[in-house]
Amino acid sequence: MEDVQFFIEVLVGGLLSGVMYSLVAIGFVLIYKTSGVLNFAQGALLLFAALTFVSLHERGVPFWASIGLTLVLLAILGTLIERVVLRPLVNQPPITLFLATLGLSYVIEGGAQLLWGTQVHGLDLGIDDVPFEVGGVLISSFDLFAAATAALMVALITLFFRYTRIGLAFRAVADDPFAALAVGLRLTRIWAIVWTASGVVALVAGLLWGARLGVQFSLSLVVLKALPVLVLGGFDSIAGAIIGGLLVGATEKLAEVYIGPFLGGGIESWFAYVVALAFLLVRPSGLFGQKLVERV
Amino acid sequence: MSLSRLLKATALSAALALLPLSTAAFADEQFFPLQSYRVGPYAAGGTGFFGGFIDYLNLINIRDGGVNGVKLTWDEGETQYEVEKGVEVYERFKNHPGIATWNPLSVGIAYALIDRVTADKVPLLTINHGRTDSTDGRVFKYIFPLLLNPYSETSGIINYLGTKEGGLDKLKGKKIVVLYHGSPYGKETIPIYELLAKKYGFEVQQIEVPHPGNEQQAQWLTIRRAKPDYVVLRGWGVMNPVALKTAQKTGFPADRIIGNVWSNSEEDVIPAGDAAKGYTAITTQASGAQYPVLQEIQKVVYDAGKGNLEDKKRIGSVYHNLGVVNGILNVEAIRIAQEKFGKRTLTGDEVRWGLEHLKLDPARVEALGAKGLFHSINVTWDNHEGDGLVTFQQWDGSKWNVVSDWIAPDWALLRPIIEKSSEAYAKEHNIPLRTAADADQVTN
Repeated sequence: MEDVQFFIEVLVGGLLSGVMYSLVAIGFVLIYKTSGVLNFAQGALLLFAALTFVSLHERGVPFWASIGLTLVLLAILGTLIERVVLRPLVNQPPITLFLATLGLSYVIEGGAQLLWGTQVHGLDLGIDDVPFEVGGVLISSFDLFAAATAALMVALITLFFRYTRIGLAFRAVADDPFAALAVGLRLTRIWAIVWTASGVVALVAGLLWGARLGVQFSLSLVVLKALPVLVLGGFDSIAGAIIGGLLVGATEKLAEVYIGPFLGGGIESWFAYVVALAFLLVRPSGLFGQKLVERV
Repeated sequence: MSLSRLLKATALSAALALLPLSTAAFADEQFFPLQSYRVGPYAAGGTGFFGGFIDYLNLINIRDGGVNGVKLTWDEGETQYEVEKGVEVYERFKNHPGIATWNPLSVGIAYALIDRVTADKVPLLTINHGRTDSTDGRVFKYIFPLLLNPYSETSGIINYLGTKEGGLDKLKGKKIVVLYHGSPYGKETIPIYELLAKKYGFEVQQIEVPHPGNEQQAQWLTIRRAKPDYVVLRGWGVMNPVALKTAQKTGFPADRIIGNVWSNSEEDVIPAGDAAKGYTAITTQASGAQYPVLQEIQKVVYDAGKGNLEDKKRIGSVYHNLGVVNGILNVEAIRIAQEKFGKRTLTGDEVRWGLEHLKLDPARVEALGAKGLFHSINVTWDNHEGDGLVTFQQWDGSKWNVVSDWIAPDWALLRPIIEKSSEAYAKEHNIPLRTAADADQVTN
């Protein structure tokens, strides 16, 4: 009985950890959906957002005002990225754009530290991370809050895509950028907005990850947790990011606990990639990713 | 004489006249090349440590006019804690005249420099870290893991737990989990915990956390299932606050977690918030700015606008105080070497001699204004660690409080293991074992 309880505890803990990975992955999906770019700078954006928020808040700016100011800065950053990096590289191969975002991640990381310093900051969102017990299984209240936040964010993004003019424009660009251009949609404006939207996702993820790790440079490394999630769920599916996150979270935790001891432990960081690679062989576009069929 | 020839002659005479002056100016300087890291993932530790080190060098220059008139100088090269950049900085600075010591505060960079500093005959100081067997000065002539090597740290922690339980014999039947960083640094103490478990009869379970350690749910659920009496946290960077937060999340009390020497700073506990309250960690240097030497640094250096830390609140923090202690050890080694070789710029090998005679008893430590900051050190030609004592600090939510006496690790138990390893290294690298007589031979 105790063994079953323990298994459930590991499984639930893994699923809740997976939600945190999904939060990061959603930022990738937003950019990929509309511009076909795998934005490697998402982790750096997350660091920039959290560091900006916490630095403003520590300087006496009230909580919501800090959120607002951070969003303004993220919007400026999103617009700058579109103007300075993406626009000059339009029509370049995807690998060029990917490398541009790789370079961008270093610039944002360095800029964030230059602007706000290198100190490690604590971040208290006012949610106690004390566990509570359900049928002998411990569940973290903070992780539940994170899961609720992720659910809310997904709902908002879905509503935004479905029921707003700009959301409709996003979908049009995602479906066929050339057709979208032909009907008069301004691609550059849409890119700037989607980068800002991805900044908003980065802020939410940054605050939740920051409350867990502290706001510090390592925040940008959580990007590595999102990559297997994207492979599993598909690069252009919000639902895929959620399901992929849950799968990766649960698999890596179960593997660490039940397989790890036979392999010397510490396997979860690479085990997620083993699963992603295996999945890639069977279903290259991920669970929910769009299958690309090109006519040659 | 034409005007042009007159000018040339005047210039030549002036140059010749200035030559001894410039040599004299150089002769009065001792240089510290600093492989610092002020940006990147470990910048918080780097700014604290190198800030404290520079603050102490500045104190000596401003207050005393240098060490017996020899001015201390330094220059920084950014490494971002990356080994290749550390080596690059070494190559850039290695020909600078009057280098005293290298102090990279990085295990990786230190390992990469062992052969280089040995060839260049300049000491490499790895305070509280580095290669454990470099304690053996018979083999590692220029490497100094001052105050504490990883094996001594392990023994110090177990001795502290013994004290808490009322004696080392009371550890029998207890269960200790060691949660270690998944890196060579993290794994280095695995055999020592096994050895001590066998000696004292406690059960040990060692669990790895993959780098960087920002996810530990599985490990802490395993710990919860194991129901240990204590968890030793052998972490680094982000792994530490995440460990404390996840311990809270899985219901493990913070006051049963003991941190190692790289899990003992403010940067490790502040991000963990309330989850860190009651957490205890080992240290060789107490934190706080109440010690006379720290007071002087504030008065002499910071009030003169020459302090190195941007945020004055960090004065007296764990990393800052480690930097200050590192400064004290460097300066005192130079002072001791000057007594033998003269009050002038020393060669690296002369500073090595000074380090091998670095004996600071509690009275001398008090005279230096560091009573309570650290206990003492006694480095010899064959013991490059110097028998540093350790103490333990507990985090109360806003500051560290010392909760133990100064504790001595079990050096006698550890020395044969260290010698076995260092002798194997010597054999592999064809290094003849030094003797006391060899140690006194100094090259210029």
